[in-house]
Amino acid sequence: MKEIKIKTKDLILYYGAKMALNSISLDIPEKEVTAFIGPSGCGKSTFLRTLNRMNDLIPNVKITGEVLVDGLNIYDKQIDVVNLRKKVGMVFQKSNPFTKSIFENVAYGPKINGINNRKKLEEIVETSLKKAFIWEEVKDRLHDSAMGLSGGQQQRMCIARALAVEPEIILMDEPASALDPISTAKIEELIFELKKHYTIVIVTHNMQQAARVSDLTAFFYLGELIEFGKTRKIFTTPDKKQTEEYITGRFG
Amino acid sequence: MEEPTIKNKFVFSRESLKKKFRLSEFLSEKIITGVAFLSITIIVLIFFFVFKESLPIFQSKNKEAVKVESVQKQEQYGADETAVTNAAGQEQYGDVPADRTNAAGQEQYGVTETDSLMTENQVQEEDTIVYGSDEATFKSLTGTQWLPVSDNPRYGLIPLFVGTLKITLIAILFAAPIAILAALFSASFAPYWLREIIKPAIELLAGFPSVVIGFFALMVMASFFQSIFGYDGRLNAFVGGVAMALAAIPIIYTITEDALTAVPQTYTEASLALGATRWQTALFVTLPAATPGIFAAILLGIGRVFGETMIALMATGNAAMTGINPFESVRTLAATIGAEMAEVVFGDTHYNVLFLIGSLLFVFTFSLNALAEFYVKGKLVKRFQGKQS
Amino acid sequence: MSRKKAITGGLFVGLTAFSAFLIIAVIIILLVVIIIGGKDTFSWEFLTAFPEDGMMKGGIFPAIYGTALLVVIMSVAAVPFGTITAIYLTEYAHEKSILAQTIRFAVRTLATVPSIIFGLFGLGFFIKFVGSGMDDVFLGGQLKWGQPNILWASLTMALLTLPVVIVSVEEAIRTVPREMREASLALGATKWETIRRIVIPGSRSGIMTGTILAVSRGAGEVAPILFTGAAYYLATLPTSLSDQFMNLGYHIYIMATQSANVDQTLPIQFATTMVLLMLTFILNLTAVIIRSRLRRKAK
Repeated sequence: MKEIKIKTKDLILYYGAKMALNSISLDIPEKEVTAFIGPSGCGKSTFLRTLNRMNDLIPNVKITGEVLVDGLNIYDKQIDVVNLRKKVGMVFQKSNPFTKSIFENVAYGPKINGINNRKKLEEIVETSLKKAFIWEEVKDRLHDSAMGLSGGQQQRMCIARALAVEPEIILMDEPASALDPISTAKIEELIFELKKHYTIVIVTHNMQQAARVSDLTAFFYLGELIEFGKTRKIFTTPDKKQTEEYITGRFG
Repeated sequence: MEEPTIKNKFVFSRESLKKKFRLSEFLSEKIITGVAFLSITIIVLIFFFVFKESLPIFQSKNKEAVKVESVQKQEQYGADETAVTNAAGQEQYGDVPADRTNAAGQEQYGVTETDSLMTENQVQEEDTIVYGSDEATFKSLTGTQWLPVSDNPRYGLIPLFVGTLKITLIAILFAAPIAILAALFSASFAPYWLREIIKPAIELLAGFPSVVIGFFALMVMASFFQSIFGYDGRLNAFVGGVAMALAAIPIIYTITEDALTAVPQTYTEASLALGATRWQTALFVTLPAATPGIFAAILLGIGRVFGETMIALMATGNAAMTGINPFESVRTLAATIGAEMAEVVFGDTHYNVLFLIGSLLFVFTFSLNALAEFYVKGKLVKRFQGKQS
Repeated sequence: MSRKKAITGGLFVGLTAFSAFLIIAVIIILLVVIIIGGKDTFSWEFLTAFPEDGMMKGGIFPAIYGTALLVVIMSVAAVPFGTITAIYLTEYAHEKSILAQTIRFAVRTLATVPSIIFGLFGLGFFIKFVGSGMDDVFLGGQLKWGQPNILWASLTMALLTLPVVIVSVEEAIRTVPREMREASLALGATKWETIRRIVIPGSRSGIMTGTILAVSRGAGEVAPILFTGAAYYLATLPTSLSDQFMNLGYHIYIMATQSANVDQTLPIQFATTMVLLMLTFILNLTAVIIRSRLRRKAK
C-alpha cells in the first residue's frame, strides 16, 4: 500500500441548515487515481471541493471534522488557503479558460507565483502543454485566444494550466462530462499518464470511466460515504447492497 | 516523459502552509472598502455642508446686544466641541466683515445643541424689538414676497414653493400618463423589433442635457404654445412644465417598463386562458400588478422635476408669483438658487437663505427617494402582489 | 366578443401606441429643429475659433476646450472611485450586509440628488471649506483656491457622475463568469490577484460604457458648475487648475438668456446647442450599443 496523501476524519458539511456531507472518513493514497461516484446531488462534488477549500467561496457553509493533507489539517486556522491551492490543483466540469491567449492561460499560475522571466515562462508553458498531450495541437498558435479551441482541447489546456503551478494533487470535477467520446478518451489516457507523478482525485458519474481510470473508488449516496475500496472489488463484488444497485444501474 | 523541471517549485510543509501576511492583499481590501464608504460620506457631507451654510439664518441676531453675554457664555461652553468646530468654520469666510464674523461666531457659543429650535424661535420673538432686521429676515421666510435685493429685503419662500409645485404638477400631468401608456405599449403590445427601437430612443432622450431641452423650450416651444393659446407672456409655468415633462418622461417610462416586464408571465397567461383579450389583460392584470413600481416611477419623476434647474431658469420666466393660473410666469426653488447664487455676497443673509432653499430641496428629494425605495419597493410590493396572487 | 369591446380595445391599444410615438416624434422634432437651426453656422471654423465682438460673432473653441478639460479631470476622479466602489459591492461586500445596502442606498440617492445641490455643495465644501482652507494653510490667506475654478467644478461634476460609473461597472462585473474566478483561485491566486487579472480586464467594456455615460452627463450638466467655476467669457484658455473655464452648456444658457442681442446671436446659439446635443447624442448612442452587446453576451 502506498503512502496516504489525503485523509479525512468525520468530515461534516452544512449548507445553511442542510447537511450535505455526513461524517466522511476516507484515505486517499499517493500517486493513484481515486474516483468518486454516485448519483447527482450525492455530495461527491461537494466533498471534492472541500479538499482544496473551494467551498470557502460559498456563503453559509459550515464544516467540522478534519482534512489532512500530508498530515496537516487544512482547516486549521493557521493554514494559508492560497498556498494550499497551489499544492492541490483543480480541473472543473466545464472547461473555463480565461479570455486570454493559450500562452497567457497556462502562464497565469507561474506568473502569480512571481515568475516573470519570459524564457522560463515559455519553458513552463511548453512542458505543461506537453504533459497535457496538447502541445502538438497548439504549438503554432500559442498566442491565439484560448476561446478558439474545441471543448476537448480547452479542457486539456485547463489541465495544462493546473499542471503549470506544479501541484502534487489534482482534483478533477467531472472533467469529461461535457466532451465527445474521442476527447474523453484523450482525457482518460492523460489521467493514466499523470498518475505517475500526481495524486489524482476524480469525480465522475460515468461508471465505465471510473472503472477504466481509477485504482480506488468511493461510492457516495445522499451525503454519506457508502463504500470505499479497490475499484475492481467495488465493481465486481461490492459489500453494500446500495453500491451494487447503483453499479448495476437499478437507480441513479 | 521527462520529470518536471520547474525550479521555483512550491514546497509543501508546515512552514509554507503557515498563514502568510500579504501586504498587497491587506491594502487592497482596506482601500477598496474605504473607497466604497465614499458614497455614504458624500451624502453626509452634502447634507452637512449645504445645511451648515444656511444655519446663520437661525442663529444670527443683533450684534451688540448679546456681545457681553455671549463672551461669558463662550467661557462656559468653551469645551463644547460643536462650538469649536463652528468657530473654526466661521473663521474661513474671509470676505465676511470681521465684526460680523465675531458676532455670529460668538452667538453660536450661546446656542448649544441641546437648545431646541423651538426655544430659539421663542427667544427671537420675545426680543423682536431689540433684534430688528434679522428678526424680520427670519419672519419673512414664511411671507409671500421674494424680494432679496431691495432696501428692505424680504425672503418669502411661499411664491417659490407655489411656483415649484405648479411646475411639478403640470410636468407630471403630462409626463406620467404619456410615459406610462408608452411603457404599456412597448411592454405589452409592441412587436419585438419596435420595442428594440422605442426603448433605446427614450433612453437617449434621458441623455439630452437639460440645457438643450431648456433652449428648445425657450426658442421653439414657447413661441409654438403662444401661437396656439395666444397668451401674453411667452415664458410661463405651462411652457416650463411641458419642457420638464420631457426630462421626466424617460425616468417614468424606464422604471414603469421594468415594473411591467417584471410581472410574472403566469399572471398574463392565466388571464389570457380565461378568455380575456390582450388589451384587457394589459389593462386589468399587468398594470395593477405593477402599481408599486409605477408609483415609484412617478415619485422619482417628481423628484427629477422638483430639482430641475436649467429648464426652470430658461423656460419659466422666473417671476416670483403666487397665482394659480398656469399661464403665469413662475420662479422655482432650484431656479432661484441657480439665478441668484452667482451674484450674492458670500456669507450674507441672502446667501444663507439660498442655502436654506438648497437644504429644503435636498431633504425633499432625499425623502422622495427614500419613500420610493423603502415603502414602495418593499411594503407595497408585498401587499399589492400578495393580495392578487 | 362584442363589437363595442373590440372598439374599446382598439382605442386603448391605439392610445398607448400614440403615446409611444408622441415621445419619439418629440425627440425627432427636437433633433431636427436644433440641427436645421444650427447647420448653417456650423463649420470647422466655428469649432476652432474664439468668440468675437463680445460673443456676437466667432466660434466656440474655448467652450469646447473647457468642456473637454472638465470631463477629463472629472473622469480621472470619478472612474477609479466608481470602479473601486463597484468592485467592493460585487466582490467584497456580502449582498445582505447592512453596509452594502447602505452603500447601495447612498449610490441611488446620489443619483437622484438635484444637480443644483451638487453646485451648492461644491461651493460650500470645495471652494469655501477645502479651497479657503488650502489658501489659509499654504498661501497665508492669499486668495487662490478659495474661489471658483476648473478643479472644483470638475470634482463637483465627478460626484454627480459617480453613480453612473458605479452602476455600469457593477453590471459588467456581474457578467464575468464565476467559473473564471474559481479557475484563478484554484491556481493559487489571491482574491486581489483574481480581481486585478481576471475581473477588471473582464469588465473593461463596462468601465468604458460607464466612462462614456459619465462624460456625456458631465458635458451636458450646467447647474453644478454655475457657481463653481464656469465663466461667461474668457480671452484665454485655462492653463492651470485654479483657472476658470468656459463651457458649452453654460455658453448656451448665457447666450440664450443674457446676451446683449438674443436675436442676432440666435444662429450661434443654435449651432452651439447642436454641437452639445450631437456630442452627448453620439456618446450615449455608443454607450447604448456597447451595453446592449454586453447584455446579449451575458445571456
